[in-house]
Amino acid sequence: MADRVIKKSEFIELIDRLLESYRVYAPVRQQDMTNFQEISAADQVDLSLANTTMSPKSIMLPQSETMFEFNVDKTSDQAAILRETEKDLSPRLIFGIRPCDAKAFQLLDLNFDTVAYKDPWWVARRKTTTLMGLACNAPCSTCFCTSVGSGPFAPEGLDLLLVDVDDYFLIQVITEKGEKLLNEEGIETEAAGAMKQAALASEKSSLQSIKSVVSAASLAQHDTKTLFDSDFWEEVQFACINCGVCTFVCPTCWCFDIQDEVHKDNGIRLRNWDSCMFPLFTLHGSGHNPRAQKLQRLRQRFMHKLKYFVDKYDKGVACVGCGRCVQQCPVNIDIREVFRLMND
Amino acid sequence: MVSLKEKMIHRALLLLSERKVDAVLGFQRGTIPMMSHPILIRHPEGADQLHWDSFCSTNLANYLPQRKERIAIFAKGCDSRNIVLQILENQIKREQLYIIGVPCQGMLDRRKVQAELNGRELLGVRETSQHLHLLGEGFMDSLERSSYLQENCAICTHRNAVIHDELLVEPVLEQEGVDRYEDVRAIEAMTASKRWSYFEELLAPCIRCYACRNACPMCFCPVCFVDESTPQWLGKSIDPTDTKTFHFLRAYHLAGRCTDCGNCERACPMSIKVRQLTKKLEKDILELYGYEAGLSLDQSPPLDTYSPDDPQEFIR
Repeated sequence: MADRVIKKSEFIELIDRLLESYRVYAPVRQQDMTNFQEISAADQVDLSLANTTMSPKSIMLPQSETMFEFNVDKTSDQAAILRETEKDLSPRLIFGIRPCDAKAFQLLDLNFDTVAYKDPWWVARRKTTTLMGLACNAPCSTCFCTSVGSGPFAPEGLDLLLVDVDDYFLIQVITEKGEKLLNEEGIETEAAGAMKQAALASEKSSLQSIKSVVSAASLAQHDTKTLFDSDFWEEVQFACINCGVCTFVCPTCWCFDIQDEVHKDNGIRLRNWDSCMFPLFTLHGSGHNPRAQKLQRLRQRFMHKLKYFVDKYDKGVACVGCGRCVQQCPVNIDIREVFRLMND
Repeated sequence: MVSLKEKMIHRALLLLSERKVDAVLGFQRGTIPMMSHPILIRHPEGADQLHWDSFCSTNLANYLPQRKERIAIFAKGCDSRNIVLQILENQIKREQLYIIGVPCQGMLDRRKVQAELNGRELLGVRETSQHLHLLGEGFMDSLERSSYLQENCAICTHRNAVIHDELLVEPVLEQEGVDRYEDVRAIEAMTASKRWSYFEELLAPCIRCYACRNACPMCFCPVCFVDESTPQWLGKSIDPTDTKTFHFLRAYHLAGRCTDCGNCERACPMSIKVRQLTKKLEKDILELYGYEAGLSLDQSPPLDTYSPDDPQEFIR
């Protein structure tokens, strides 16, 4: 599919037009950070920061979501019957998503959209959401996407990929869904050779600027039990304060908890993000906790991402190299160092 | 700062090789600019990993509760006050500790510095006594150190360790005439409804990651009320009422026990000013009991204990 091109000034108008037919999510400035939010006008978008503090995960998997409602009044004929909570599954557009975060959605598909089990809301949201990505001309020093199967211009998971070229965006058309959106909006000007050359040059310089490299090559070969019993966990875990920052900012951490909340006769069944860093995550009804120690919880997070996931799916690691946990961990536990310890 | 680091390495080396302690608790240089990494060093040959700069702000006392070995700890003023409280609350024994006081000029706030960068990427920092130099691709900016202190450090009146076995260097001058509660008074002056919406806005970005709680050296309950499940006191969603309940109750648990070390605010990924809650309680405790937390091993936090002359006007 041929690349298209649009002037940046026209692009702002395009976003405003798209707001008529899509719910549009984009990075919005919140004090000193940006995060994805639903916007009501194109001028709310802020692309000045390399990436958002939180990943766009919550757009597909909300931090907290009511799945069902029920009634506990035993005299009612509706008692204890779960009714699905109505959800707005109208078309959405995520604009400004980085290739690493789009790749993360594909990794989450492995969990929420399988042959045996399909999470209905995840599947529906994926289907009705178009991803208009923005290539990274200037990756951060903590970005290591190229080591983990993604890249600053990687198309995987996206429908469209915008490349910032001076006063223009070159638009790479990746899927039919993306092409349909452009055709409907009349964005049909094909990119000229010079524009494509400029985009290629940006890609090349962006790739060269990524200095942060991890190795995941040996993870599949390593013996699970040997990794599990390694001495280095003791050292890695010392500084950890067992908060949920790494898991909550991570675009690939998908674990959740289900809770019922009842007020008088009415109840809701919620799905909330959970974190393997929290002791409650594994607490049994008996009071026994198989991961009562901080070391066990920290080890679980890294073993899941860099070993169990690798072995189970054969699709690489459950990490897209966005560097958020590296930037946000309050005590500087750096996953790149854990890669080294586990892989070497 | 280099000299402090070298002195630390020297002291750690000696303490470990003479077996005066089993381990030394300090900092390693972070893997990204403006970050540091707490480490526990057990062997003399590990001593040269130690590092010190204006971003060693993590309160190391957070790593002490329930440890069994003899530990040497590099303690800023705030760390030392938390050590006092932890000894008073039976989390660690005085005789287990070898406290090396590190006079502190205030730690720097990485988010304040980041705000100056306007999206440019910081690749390194260099420090002099008055300035912080920011280095990046094609730029080098110099910032006046004193304008980028963590907010709690800017109003700190206990920069030297209040309890120690030795001081690493000469004490620094304590700040005097500091108004610690200007912001608290502004909130107190609000009408109830305005104050309520102030708190609602303050806590709205919370993602319930509990970094504030876990970063706190005084949050050491075996099971936090937030994590109790039989019964469950608090909802697990990001419902604003549950979120506020968590923050308000956490703050109350710290009344008279908080040293305003700022570890909570520093750890928050969403930059929430959680100290706005603990500072109000700090002010109340000071006004009611004349008590500042963690200054002396002879004085337990007033809400940990009872004295017949405690203020009781509130009983009616």
